[in-house]
Amino acid sequence: MTQGSLLRQILEYENRHDPYPLYAELRKTPVLNDGDGAYVVSTYHEILSLLHDPRVSSDARNMTRAAGPDLQQQEEETALPPSFIRLDPPEHDRLRRMTNTSFGPPHEPRRVHEMRGELGGIVSDLIAGIGSTDRIDLVEEFSYPFPVTVICRLLGVPREDESRFHGWADTLAASLDPMPGEDATERNKIAQKARTELGMYLAGLIEERRRNPQEDMLSELATLKGPDGSMTTMELLSTAALLLIAGHETTVNLITNGMLTLLRNPDVLRRLREDPGLSVPLVEELLRFEPPVQLVPNRTTLADIEIAGVTIPKGASLWLVVAAGNRDPLRFKDPDRFDPDREDIEHLGFGSGVHSCFGAPLARQEAQIALSELARRLVNPRLLEDPPEYRRNAVLRGPRHLPIACDDIMP
Amino acid sequence: MPADGHLERLKREGRIVVVGASLAGLRAAETLREEGFAGTLTMVGDEPYEPYDRPPLSKGVLLSRTTADHTALPRRRNLDADWRLGIAATGLDMAAKRVRLADGEEIEYDRLLIATGVRARPWPHEREAELDGVFVLRTRDDATALQKRLADGPRRVFVIGAGFTGSEIASACREREISVTVAERGAAPLVGALGGVVGEVAAQLQRENGVDLRTGVMVTGLEGDSAGRVRSAHLSDGSSVETDVVVVSLGATRNTEWLAGSGLGAGPRGIACDAGCRAFDIRGIVTDDIFVAGDVARSPHPLFGYQFLSLEHWGNAVSQAETAAHNMLCESVDRRPHMWVPAFWSSQFGVNIKSVGVPSMGTEILISQGSLAERRFVGVYGYQDRVIGAVTFDQARWLPFYEHLIETTAPFPPPFPTVDRRPEGARPVPADFPDPSVPTHGPTVTLSGYSPADRRMTFTPGRH
Amino acid sequence: MVRVVVDLNRCQGYAQCAFLAPDVFEMHGEEALLYKPRPDEAHRDDVVRAVAACPVQAILMDRSDETVTVGEASDAR
Repeated sequence: MTQGSLLRQILEYENRHDPYPLYAELRKTPVLNDGDGAYVVSTYHEILSLLHDPRVSSDARNMTRAAGPDLQQQEEETALPPSFIRLDPPEHDRLRRMTNTSFGPPHEPRRVHEMRGELGGIVSDLIAGIGSTDRIDLVEEFSYPFPVTVICRLLGVPREDESRFHGWADTLAASLDPMPGEDATERNKIAQKARTELGMYLAGLIEERRRNPQEDMLSELATLKGPDGSMTTMELLSTAALLLIAGHETTVNLITNGMLTLLRNPDVLRRLREDPGLSVPLVEELLRFEPPVQLVPNRTTLADIEIAGVTIPKGASLWLVVAAGNRDPLRFKDPDRFDPDREDIEHLGFGSGVHSCFGAPLARQEAQIALSELARRLVNPRLLEDPPEYRRNAVLRGPRHLPIACDDIMP
Repeated sequence: MPADGHLERLKREGRIVVVGASLAGLRAAETLREEGFAGTLTMVGDEPYEPYDRPPLSKGVLLSRTTADHTALPRRRNLDADWRLGIAATGLDMAAKRVRLADGEEIEYDRLLIATGVRARPWPHEREAELDGVFVLRTRDDATALQKRLADGPRRVFVIGAGFTGSEIASACREREISVTVAERGAAPLVGALGGVVGEVAAQLQRENGVDLRTGVMVTGLEGDSAGRVRSAHLSDGSSVETDVVVVSLGATRNTEWLAGSGLGAGPRGIACDAGCRAFDIRGIVTDDIFVAGDVARSPHPLFGYQFLSLEHWGNAVSQAETAAHNMLCESVDRRPHMWVPAFWSSQFGVNIKSVGVPSMGTEILISQGSLAERRFVGVYGYQDRVIGAVTFDQARWLPFYEHLIETTAPFPPPFPTVDRRPEGARPVPADFPDPSVPTHGPTVTLSGYSPADRRMTFTPGRH
Repeated sequence: MVRVVVDLNRCQGYAQCAFLAPDVFEMHGEEALLYKPRPDEAHRDDVVRAVAACPVQAILMDRSDETVTVGEASDAR
């Protein structure tokens, strides 16, 4: 097997249900240059070190090798400026700080904590709405609508518009997948169009919120005046689009991967049913074992970086395969075992460093409540297909459908 | 060799005495039990409290977010120890292997760990120090007393010394909207630890937050009223400040007096020990059964020219205690060196200040990320063309990168661009320490390896 | 009794604890952390969530119920 083909295999759809043997193969070369320009990093310590390395940029404008020109063009043509996930400090820090003023401490220390009751209510309603217990598509009936409802309420986006932005979110999520050596022009065009349309949709909402502010994040961000000033309309649109997409495309996988993993580990499922508190360490282990974001594909180097005996040249494209790092036997004992009692659990599931997941505390609470309630209320749940059908995405990886059955649903 | 049997017996039924029941003593005791010590463990502490955490005393306690009696440290495990709390150790008989206590008791040991730490340096004029309203801040009792006085709403607090503790006290006062004057002998706050460039930022922070900061002055005297309450402080510039609370924050004195005459290498600078935490006697010969950890220890550090470093750092206490405890229970070949890279933090005026390495050895500083004016930056310190330390203001997530540069004796100034590099980060400037230390030249040591658990030492030739 | 200590050398200000247990952990500015070293029993579950969520595993919660009785000096409750 050549090195190039290993990468292709990871991206190939037929391996989506279980990329972990390929990641193990990948880890034999901690920093792998695939020949198409990208440097793929797959071992825990190297990934962690690069996530904290100020010579690593998230700004596509610094990408001078490999996929560079296309991306540059994309940024110039697109209607929206890059969101903070694709910016470096200080712009990244400023936008993230401002966004955080309406989400978390120090300005809004209780917002996420106080959502617990509301989250429980949404979960309860969704479980009550499950139709036939002979065949439940957990994705359609539960793990997709749950986080979408949450992010819509949090941002102040009407839930009934979901059919409109669902498609844009899916298109943008798919555009994250790297396509080494292939012409991405067509795909980029489609992604730009989705981004522009999503931006226009959000612009209408924000205009409305400026006139008539509500108790939601869009209103607060639109009217924000703080030590960092205010967001421009374009910054606000980029930020809102980022949050909406992230709320759509990640937690759904965390919950679905979680239920799939529990159904494959019935002992753990039984324990969770008896002790909902187990959901707390369990979700951390899940973020290690089946992280919803498998790799971070959009970083580049501002200087030559020597790591693991390899010199990554300035301007190179970096892929940090966090899902492989999470299974690195040099870091985690018995890494391929799902063990919610694991004490040593500094996983990379939410990344690390300045770009670590903005929505992490919300995702944690959503997954804890969702999984403990599913465990408690579904009687004798079982998988109808294993492996289930996966979505195409390699970066935001998870089942497209998860058909399960159960005997009954507890009140 | 009978040593194996000896160690087995020590672990099974030996007697270990830990003098000093604070952070280092506690973590050492836990490690001893974790590593299988099943014998008699005696914990001696001069304060009548279980081991407690000191950093909150100058932050959360003064802000009344918590109280000093709520700072007892959590335990990693059961210790099954005999506690002698509220009873100071008063003497050591190395030949008889006995520790004497203030109540006359003598405790025999097979292994002794000394972790007696430091105490606040008092105001040197005894009668002035005894005035009502004059405080130091080091212990639980100190913090309880000061918190109570701040809660009474004093008209002004006068802080002598703008090191980390003094600055944190000033910060707490301002947050409580109490007027505060800080008198500092140096040119700026924190200047001894972080140099003048960063000290200037700390000075601006204080002034912007309403601190009446007086630098380059000494306090010449404290004056009391007829009732024995402090009334004012006199400064070397001829001015005086009316105040009803004075906090003396002039650093610390090592608790080694109880070892006078014992034959152990203990003095005002601490207790010298080898990298394996074994204490030296006064002849410079290393002992086999006496170990040292925490603020009271001075040990040679391979990253810093094998200078003996004594570090009043929370993390050093934990790390050195764990190393000492491990080494107390094993053969010499299994002993580990204490190679902790110095690190500390402080929070003041809503800013998180963190540091790694030894900035005070630095002669130059480069603001490699962010900006001094914005109070969000990374400063890298250089000494003899290598990176020797780093400081961050609200930029802590980058610090592990700079710690790695220090561990690998990376060149200074770092020859690469970074994100968030500003014009002020184009070239290094003098770090502006008031009294630069001049360490010796010699071979340097780099640390490498996957994790702190399997660091290997590699000798590399010195650059000079 | 719940006792907590945070290794603030490890802490990088991810604020997960302040999100999940806001009655115990508080961000003081953008990055500095203040916390109650002896939280109320009522917040125990929140503290457990905070301990688990800490990305750098910097929060230590008591693993022992052992207390020391030192006559009047005891701080056990």
